[in-house]
Amino acid sequence: MNILIGGAAGQGMETIAQLLGKALVRTGYGVLSAKDYMSRVRGGHNFTRLRIGRKTPWTADGPINLLVALNEEAYQIHSADLADNGRIIFDPEEFTPENKNDNQVAVQLEKLAKDAGNKIMANTVAVGATLALLGLQTTETEELLTETFGKELAGKNILALKAGHQEAGKQCETCLTLPDKQERGKQLFLDGNSTLGMAALASGCRFLSAYPMTPSTGIMTYLAGKQDSHDVVVEQAEDEIAAINMALGASFTGARAMTCTSGGGFALMVEGLSLAGMTETPLVIALAMRPGPATGLPTRTEQGDLEFALHGGHGEFPRAILSATHAEDAFYRLNKAFDLAEKYQTPVIFLSDQDFGDTARSIPPFDFSKLCYRRHLVSEDNLKKPYQRYRITENGISPRALPGQFAGETVLADSDEHDENGNIIEDAETRTRMVRKRMKKTALLAAEMDEPKITGEKSGDILLIGWGSTYGALQEARQLLSKTGQQVTHLHFADLWPLRCAQIKSLFPRFKQRICVENNATGQFAALLRRETGLKVDREILKFNGRPFMASEIVREVQKDV
Amino acid sequence: MCNAKDYLINETAWCPGCGNFAIREALAAALAELELPHHQVLLCSGIGQAAKMPHYIKVNGFNGLHGRALPPAIGARVANTSLKVIVESGDGDTYGEGGNHFIHNIRRNPDIAHFVHNNQIYGLTKGQASPTSETGMKTKVQTAGNILPPFNPLSTALVMGAGFMARCFSGEKDHLKETMKQAIQFPGYALIDILQPCVSFNKLNTYGWYKERVYHPENHDPQNWQAAMELARQWGDEIPLGIFYNVPHETFESHFPTLRGEPLATRPFNPADLSSLQDEFL
Repeated sequence: MNILIGGAAGQGMETIAQLLGKALVRTGYGVLSAKDYMSRVRGGHNFTRLRIGRKTPWTADGPINLLVALNEEAYQIHSADLADNGRIIFDPEEFTPENKNDNQVAVQLEKLAKDAGNKIMANTVAVGATLALLGLQTTETEELLTETFGKELAGKNILALKAGHQEAGKQCETCLTLPDKQERGKQLFLDGNSTLGMAALASGCRFLSAYPMTPSTGIMTYLAGKQDSHDVVVEQAEDEIAAINMALGASFTGARAMTCTSGGGFALMVEGLSLAGMTETPLVIALAMRPGPATGLPTRTEQGDLEFALHGGHGEFPRAILSATHAEDAFYRLNKAFDLAEKYQTPVIFLSDQDFGDTARSIPPFDFSKLCYRRHLVSEDNLKKPYQRYRITENGISPRALPGQFAGETVLADSDEHDENGNIIEDAETRTRMVRKRMKKTALLAAEMDEPKITGEKSGDILLIGWGSTYGALQEARQLLSKTGQQVTHLHFADLWPLRCAQIKSLFPRFKQRICVENNATGQFAALLRRETGLKVDREILKFNGRPFMASEIVREVQKDV
Repeated sequence: MCNAKDYLINETAWCPGCGNFAIREALAAALAELELPHHQVLLCSGIGQAAKMPHYIKVNGFNGLHGRALPPAIGARVANTSLKVIVESGDGDTYGEGGNHFIHNIRRNPDIAHFVHNNQIYGLTKGQASPTSETGMKTKVQTAGNILPPFNPLSTALVMGAGFMARCFSGEKDHLKETMKQAIQFPGYALIDILQPCVSFNKLNTYGWYKERVYHPENHDPQNWQAAMELARQWGDEIPLGIFYNVPHETFESHFPTLRGEPLATRPFNPADLSSLQDEFL
């Protein structure tokens, strides 16, 4: 079941999707909501797709069963994608659809809202109307409104909700059939950026400095909202250069720190990334990708910055790159990023994108006791005096102390090449020792990387290879392809660098066709794979129009010349 | 109790006669007289000759990137409010490459003392014009003479709302030390622009040139913004020294209730305690 809510920016599509989504989740359905919006504050054409299933859907694929058209443009753009017997909710005072037929449910959204107290509640009326078409009562939604607005303000909203429900119910009650429900206990309904913000806070992140940039801003907004209730400070920096340098200062003196940005901001940050490598300062950088180059498509999605994350920053230094595949995994993986950053005193880049960040899904609650919080600091007992920040050790990791941690001992970090004390040096021998010491950490990081996740048999017709946020689309595609009788396995990388190769090396020869699926134009992951393993995929399915993959497109592409 | 010599470490890489020596000695003496323990002070710097200071003073140090001395200092203050944070860097680093950070950190007003070694020239890159070089100064790059007017850090700081700003001269070490002490103790952002001859590359603004011009204005009221602005803008035959403005206002840190009490860096934490964070998504 697919619902599309479309209109101009500012008409409250987000509120409708949020309210409806949560109500459906509470009722027992699996729900996904995906945002498609333009880079503007008012007007334009924006829409949110809600997909409802017995299980939680992975993508917003499929024809539209219900179109909530808040303006005529939404009707004109999307009515062609209506499923057979699909319905349209519209406000007859806003526009009149050209072809009058039985699929149209006219609800005076604005007038009913005005009657209930304020025309701004037109979106609540639309929610009520939608519920009626789905054959659902308003009980859950009323509860949600009360929780959100408090008893007093919720009153008018509930009136608006019921008005919409009644009006639509008169015309077409239960004319759309929802899938079966499933008993599965309490479910969360949350978007990727909130998942990452919550994971950061629950990992002990105490300082975030960032410059707002779509699609990463949601992480910043989440943490900013927790400043009064939790031990966290969010600072909006004057630019991304300041953002990363502030985070480094905070990390150096002992607060777990993070910055978040998108490609253009990361471009400004790479100088600081290199500084993190040289000073061996722990740092997590959440890089939410959007299509470039330059300003690109600010509110759209792409996996175009993998190479940039791999190579950004002058000089050579160890780094780890992890990615967001889906919320259930990303929550724990960001926690791992914080742990790796402190354990190995090095920058860790966490790659996500607009599709991951802006998509909300219903998922089981997280287990916070599974999160780890280890500071990896030197203890009083193990402290060698005088303290040396860059002491040469066998594994390359110098014992880390914080400024002020030990009376009489000082800590010196330096962006120049330095000796064990942190003092500037220029001699060849020390330089060589220090490079060796730092680079030893790459091998240690490699051992921490998870093998890619395999779904399916370990041999067969097709091996679908992916990374990051395409996980869901590939899962769905595999299921669809398997129904055609082909043996399809999905291999998915979440930890990207240093690349873990054993699994793929053994799987590769056992499939007839190996296909890498990426949301970019040049096949960046396939190239990385080739470089690191010598393995060359047979085909690449690439999409770079700024929109996420749908399972059906992957299936179509795979079947093209099979 | 504390001795200035205890703060001096390592051999410097500065030219004989450099103004940096006096600044280093004044800083060591200021720290000693304020009885600040080595491990409770953090010195942040960027890149340049002045920025090498963390290698020559025994306190904690973060010698970061060119132009980026201030941002790590802000982060450090947030993470650990028990540290005294001092920033030292040159005129190119602070007013050129780091200009954006300079402006916005005055707006923030963090509790940081900022000592700028202003020698009106680029030293480490061997003698090009800096943001504070005099108009007309000839260099190997500004071959026909510097065409730009010099940046005025003190009037800029005042306009941006700095609570403490002063001008010192490295040739007057005791005055510099006393001013540093006040800046370090000032609750908020405290800027000292320190006039400092570069004996290798700046043949115009020499010790002699400064000595002929610097003076200490009498009866100046450091709470009078207009009078401070007049002193900040005075340059040429007479160059005033001293604390021109000294009016504390709310610091950056004071806006965050969570920064009261134990430093963020050392507060205990257990992820399992935060499990209720997800309730809002149920």
